[in-house]
Amino acid sequence: MALLSKKDSKLILDPLADNNPITIQVLGICSALAITAELNASIVMAISVIFVLGVGNVVISLIRNIIPSKIRIIVQLTVVATLVIIVDQVLKAYAYTLSKELSVFVGLIITNCIIMGRFEAFALGNGVWRSFLDGIGNALGYGVILIIVGFFRELLGSGTLLGIEVLGNPVDKTGLYAFGYENNGFMLLSPMALIVVGIIIWVQRHKNKALIEDH
Amino acid sequence: MEHVELFFKSIFIDNMVFATFLGMCSYLAVSKKVSTAVGLGAAVIFVLAITVPLNWLLDQYILQEGALAWLGPEFASYDLSFLSFIMFIATIATMVQLVEIVVEKFSPSLYNSLGIFLPLIAVNCAILGGSLFMQSREIATLGLAFNYGVSSGIGWFLAILAIAAIREKIRYSNVPAPLRGLGITFIITGLMAIGFMSFGGMLTGGEEQAPAETKTVLIDSEDEKEKENDALADNTKKELN
Repeated sequence: MALLSKKDSKLILDPLADNNPITIQVLGICSALAITAELNASIVMAISVIFVLGVGNVVISLIRNIIPSKIRIIVQLTVVATLVIIVDQVLKAYAYTLSKELSVFVGLIITNCIIMGRFEAFALGNGVWRSFLDGIGNALGYGVILIIVGFFRELLGSGTLLGIEVLGNPVDKTGLYAFGYENNGFMLLSPMALIVVGIIIWVQRHKNKALIEDH
Repeated sequence: MEHVELFFKSIFIDNMVFATFLGMCSYLAVSKKVSTAVGLGAAVIFVLAITVPLNWLLDQYILQEGALAWLGPEFASYDLSFLSFIMFIATIATMVQLVEIVVEKFSPSLYNSLGIFLPLIAVNCAILGGSLFMQSREIATLGLAFNYGVSSGIGWFLAILAIAAIREKIRYSNVPAPLRGLGITFIITGLMAIGFMSFGGMLTGGEEQAPAETKTVLIDSEDEKEKENDALADNTKKELN
């Protein structure tokens, strides 16, 4: 990381693990859970959030000295909504089926708490370059969890990854299915997303005891 | 009948928290005590009941394709639906501010109990999600939109009330240390969501109900799609056997 000073690289690396937006800061859960039944939906969502948060943090940081603090929430909402409309239109143009699948959850990036949280906590008080790094770092931390959840739910739920049948074909009984393996359709239902995230939190806190809450 | 069906469907089957995970952030953050949970839940019902009908009017008369026809025939070809995100969120943010000012002026006691939650609500995904689902499920009339707002608010209220009560009790249990707090809350919510899935059959029982189910084409939520996929998978399995 010659490009970044030690302090700057911390901005990117911290949210990936010990200060993860989902598992530690509890932000942006809504979309993280709803769209993770398939890996490619999670990847697209992660990329969208990286774009919105990176650009949004830069914009807010640029205008941070001229926003009256009373109406800052509305200003922030307008910035996010504009960026999200761009993402939505791009998705509709180039990946129509996927944008149908994500349905309202693209729009819900606007109220994704990670975005408002980072604007409030970081971009309003820091310079442009540092805000950009912070935005990218937090969005990556969010994306990592999304991709892990999407990976397990698609693998165990439908036996595929990105639509490729990695465990063999359940109808022809090839691969693992030849030995009597069955897909767990339950993984595709919404409650399992919560339980998978719960287990990720468990594993992470077991490894790093400093994160354990005392009720 | 339509109203009753939508009412129960939005509370139990399409429950905002358990079926679509809307408003999870505040659901997790403000559910440590029952009293604060009740305050936030009431504020959510209140704001949803105002913003969903308002956004319905906005959608019908400004945003939809051809919605501007009332201005004159030359406007009939406009389609402003790409503006819906920004219009909806602007309406919500303004309404929340307005409600806060009005409540503060006329009912200080209500302001004391709801007031601190109102600014939080502008950025709660449940509120924007309510309007977006209202749009994508093509709710037909203003009355139904009001009904949808109130009943999905009640569903959210029920969810946060239940989890707050459980969290108050679970404080005295011996939870494995790394799961304490957030982890166990996630898993309990998952189990509650599994419980709520059993309401799924509530409006589909009986043969004469079958056409009624197709009449209300609400199969938009991902959850329903998943259920369908699952049912298909089950059928193929049965055929194989």
